[in-house]
Amino acid sequence: MISASSISVFLPVLLPLLGGIILLLSRFVGTKIQQKISMALLIILVATTINSLQSAIQNGVQVYELGNWVAPFGIVLVLDGLSAMMLLATSLLAIAALWYAISSKIDIKGAGFHALFQFQLFGLNGAFLTGDLFNLFVFFEILLIASYGLLVHGGGKERTRAGLQFVVINLIGSAIFLFAVGGLYGMLGTLNIADLSVKAAEISSVDRGLVMAAGFLLLVVFGVKSAMFPLYLWLPKAYSEASAPVAALFAIMTKVGIYSIIRVHGTIFGDSFGEYGFFYMPILLVLGMVTLVMGALGVAASKRLGEQVSYLVLVSVSILLIGLGINTEESLSATLYYMLHSIIMPGAFFLLVHMISIGRGEQKDIFVQGVSMQGKILLGSTFMVCAVALTGMPPFSGFIGKFLILSSALGSDLFWWVLSVVLITGLIIIISLARSGSLIFYNVKDIESSSPVTMNIKAYLSIVFLLSLIIALVIFAGNVVEFTDMVSSQIYNSSGYIDAVLGTDTLKGVRQ
Amino acid sequence: MELLISLIIGALTVSGVFLTLRGRIFPVVLGLMFLSYAVNIFLFSMGRLVPGLPAIIDDTQAGYADPLPQALVLTAIVISFGMSAFLIALALKLYSYMGNDHVDGEQLPSDEQLSVLTRYKKKKGRNKS
Repeated sequence: MISASSISVFLPVLLPLLGGIILLLSRFVGTKIQQKISMALLIILVATTINSLQSAIQNGVQVYELGNWVAPFGIVLVLDGLSAMMLLATSLLAIAALWYAISSKIDIKGAGFHALFQFQLFGLNGAFLTGDLFNLFVFFEILLIASYGLLVHGGGKERTRAGLQFVVINLIGSAIFLFAVGGLYGMLGTLNIADLSVKAAEISSVDRGLVMAAGFLLLVVFGVKSAMFPLYLWLPKAYSEASAPVAALFAIMTKVGIYSIIRVHGTIFGDSFGEYGFFYMPILLVLGMVTLVMGALGVAASKRLGEQVSYLVLVSVSILLIGLGINTEESLSATLYYMLHSIIMPGAFFLLVHMISIGRGEQKDIFVQGVSMQGKILLGSTFMVCAVALTGMPPFSGFIGKFLILSSALGSDLFWWVLSVVLITGLIIIISLARSGSLIFYNVKDIESSSPVTMNIKAYLSIVFLLSLIIALVIFAGNVVEFTDMVSSQIYNSSGYIDAVLGTDTLKGVRQ
Repeated sequence: MELLISLIIGALTVSGVFLTLRGRIFPVVLGLMFLSYAVNIFLFSMGRLVPGLPAIIDDTQAGYADPLPQALVLTAIVISFGMSAFLIALALKLYSYMGNDHVDGEQLPSDEQLSVLTRYKKKKGRNKS
């Protein structure tokens, strides 16, 4: 049975899959038509995800059973507030990245860009929607294989080198993921996340250690994905070597790791896990702070703007980890608000870095004295807006997010640690970005470039689009926080999620 | 049988971890393959090791072998197969760019033997000049 509500659950997964297949088959009709198909698909995807969000707000948690197999025997797709929010943010970021790729002609530097882009979205949306742990692994692999292709798209020595390291570390991550999945299945006999939570709550104290070991392994995997200290070393290279739209899209990849921690660990090892519930939270808090320090030092030490922005992605991840680790309903709500900001903002910044490096010609985005570029006033002001927003200065959404996280940390034991680390690293980042801005825009030779590159206004529109989303996030901050409050209470009362997936009491009777 | 299987998994994992920590691509690829073998056997054994039982419930038999891990292993094998193929292709690409097979792409001074490609390139360069 296909009802209107189940469409809103499976269409965000189905659409990019079909789109990717269509784009693979339409290789021979020419790039112009491919670009149009790709763009049209993304516009439909945005509309679909808006519909999903609306349906998640109105109807609560919704479940679609694949092939009508009842959970926990079949695989389910679950749409709740958190997944709907991630879906919408992904599709908005993707549409800006794709527009930039098309208008700056990056997509035609190699074959199959559009198909890979759609498959990447297929993997991402699937990971956000699935309610099954092994299925999550499969969607991770799909988004990874597409991201390998996108990362090395266009070729080149440095990019291939960064790509190889990215592939190797993720393959190791996949192996660990499978060990964890196997361990959980061996101990609990199920792979459905909701059912795992029920079974884990009833586990005997003898077996609890093994289940927790599997939980730690999962934390390592999601730590690799979200670039948590000490597993972040792959990130700066991979992100700064990728082409600009791909790097912008990758801004969401680290958040997949954060999402998985919230979803998998929050459901299985949350309140219901008894005395060891939320055992991973203190680790997240401390590792988040260490990551933040390392990220800020990386920002200060970078030799290129692209590298600097990659470290800023790391900084945004670590603030999310800190927000998660504080472990209250308010802090999770604040973290989710900051998550929206930190998905969109690095994306815009990566695109801007590309425009700057094209405008500077030979010097690219390296911090050396360059020539004055075309459209420097516009680009310079955009740089300032981006820098101010990303470091979390008022009046942009980064400030609101950071402020909410810090105010929710008030009750934490480590409040002074959190406060001092966040504020001091913030200062380091502001100083470094001010230095890079003045180096790039003020410290220029008097001569005009021998071959000035005119600014690509069409491509610039996608940055404008992303920045307008940030401004919307500020103007409608009240409504957004209201929504994230709803989502966070949905996550902390995971019984709602579990009941929705496993059905009502009659089915529970059958299972026992 | 449990002891044997667990020893096999342990040996495969140890060699896999050791090899993935090497500096050259070929041992790393081998190590990743060992790791994926280890994880496949591990997944398989998580459905409990039972000899001589059917994978479906049968009235005449005493029990059944859990079919789900077998399905999981199948998926995992296919995925790791595809990933290894991609990794090898990428490694060859990097080799053709860099002329050596280090993961970092940098020739170490301690390398006594030059790779085949560098030797070929040197020869070519000498011929030109």
